[in-house]
Amino acid sequence: MSELSTQPAATTFSAPHKTKKSYLNKIGFGFLYLILGLFAVIQIYPLIWLLFFSLKTNQEVFGMSPFSLPQDPQWGNYTKAWTSGNIGVYFFNSVWVTVLSVALTIILASFVTFAVTRMNWKLSGLVLGLFLVAYMIPLHSTLIPLFNMYNRAGLINSPVSLVLSYTAFNLPLTIMILLGFYRTFPREIEEAAVMDGCSVHRIFFQITLPMTVPVLSTTAIINMIYNWNEFVFVNTFISSDNWKTLTVGINNFVGQYLTDWGAIGATLVISIVPILLAFLFLSDKIVEGMAAGSVKG
Amino acid sequence: MKNVMSNKYVIALYTLPALLLILTLIYIPIVLSGYYGFMDWDGIGQMTFIGMDNYITLVQDKMFWTSTWHSFLLAIFSTASLLLYLAISLVLASKIKGSDLLRKIYLIPMLLSSVAIAQLWMKIFDPTNGMANKLLEMFGVENTPIWLADPDIALYAIFIPVIWQYAGFYILIYYAALKNVPDEIIEAAKIDGASSLQIAYKIKLPLISGVFKVTIMLAVVGSLKYFDLIYVMTGGGPNGASEVMASYMYKEAFKLNNFGYGSAIGFGLLVIALFMTWLISKLTKSKDDVQF
Repeated sequence: MSELSTQPAATTFSAPHKTKKSYLNKIGFGFLYLILGLFAVIQIYPLIWLLFFSLKTNQEVFGMSPFSLPQDPQWGNYTKAWTSGNIGVYFFNSVWVTVLSVALTIILASFVTFAVTRMNWKLSGLVLGLFLVAYMIPLHSTLIPLFNMYNRAGLINSPVSLVLSYTAFNLPLTIMILLGFYRTFPREIEEAAVMDGCSVHRIFFQITLPMTVPVLSTTAIINMIYNWNEFVFVNTFISSDNWKTLTVGINNFVGQYLTDWGAIGATLVISIVPILLAFLFLSDKIVEGMAAGSVKG
Repeated sequence: MKNVMSNKYVIALYTLPALLLILTLIYIPIVLSGYYGFMDWDGIGQMTFIGMDNYITLVQDKMFWTSTWHSFLLAIFSTASLLLYLAISLVLASKIKGSDLLRKIYLIPMLLSSVAIAQLWMKIFDPTNGMANKLLEMFGVENTPIWLADPDIALYAIFIPVIWQYAGFYILIYYAALKNVPDEIIEAAKIDGASSLQIAYKIKLPLISGVFKVTIMLAVVGSLKYFDLIYVMTGGGPNGASEVMASYMYKEAFKLNNFGYGSAIGFGLLVIALFMTWLISKLTKSKDDVQF
């Protein structure tokens, strides 16, 4: 009753008001768009500038405006970056260290999350707590003891030290993301499988793991980005050129070519292209993973 | 029937590998870090027990407190910038066109390695040929700064790329949280005649206060242990002007081979970071936290 009587009155009153308001709104929105756009330029332009100077000669970089396009693209800068120095080796090391660590992290994290959320045991809360608290521990406080441990185990200068460290330090976040998914996911199928006399391993590998593929891919991408970009562990544990990954490799390489802007730019572009390509095709997954890791924490 | 799901061997098989990894590579090292702090040790030779000496030196070490102050300055700047990100997210989440694309553009720097970002910004800050000074010259500035080489500016110059790097990450978090605010509440407020500003202030912000607290924690703790860009761009220089806790630890241990003292610094960093974690969660705790 009351709805019927108030609704028309409300619209007639606000109608003249609304046109003036929407006019003001338009100006306001235009202004806000300008700010948002400006912010986008600030976020992206340094990278465009990098791409430009990776294709320029030193004379062009030094003499011309930072907004000028490369006049005669110097693709030679890229050949120089790839062939001189060890970029190819670093690149390959980054790929397989990343892939191995991501695979290990995801399978171990899935085991733990499954055991904690699906199986019944007294200490599950404590064990989960250990993983979650580990997330708050600054990596730098562990660096010296880790260096000493690896040194004694003969793992300094071995990529094994990297794979182990990446896996250990990414487990907490990965478990946190998986946990959110497992907790909301219905258990009926698994319970039915128990009734049918399935073994735990079969339930895990044939039912649970396939069902969690969407969240597994999200965590895989997040892990991939973190491992690909990791710097401190490689810088501390690896000094042999044969085992360096791209981050430390390019840092040393770029350090040697202080004055050759083109080669430096090309090296940096080569190092970031895989991540940008991944982002181009998987941006929704990446966005989802980054949000999940923090909000649910 | 349920016995299958409480099989102890399976539980051990599933949890022990991961547990062993974090115990050996995270928990034991932090204990060892505190222990090494009692030693005089060059990292290779014998350790000599020297009692509290390293910790006493640490408390009296001006450079340690300077670097701690620098870490806290970064924490203050990062936390303050959260307000800007929050404002941007409020606009982005108010159903405007292109918000998806903008959000993704903002996120790009977060995906790059710190080394790439550091090297890129070292070029941007290059006093003669960098983009920063070329831009300033275009606007007619004459005495352009020398950025990373100037002890008064170096630290603040590094804050710029740090904040640039993380902006998209926080915007993403706020955006996700704002999108979680139920539409019905907003619609109800609109029908009651609330303006967009009122809706933002009185409805949206209180509803995402839980997420805001999480981001404060992330910004502060992340800043306190910040290392990468500073190590690559200035190495803590010139003359300690941009030294932070983690870079000071790294320098003492891996450059000067004072592993004992470095461990004491690392332990100090751990204590300060955990204390701040506790303090912030205490300060931001409230009974009326809204849960989704």
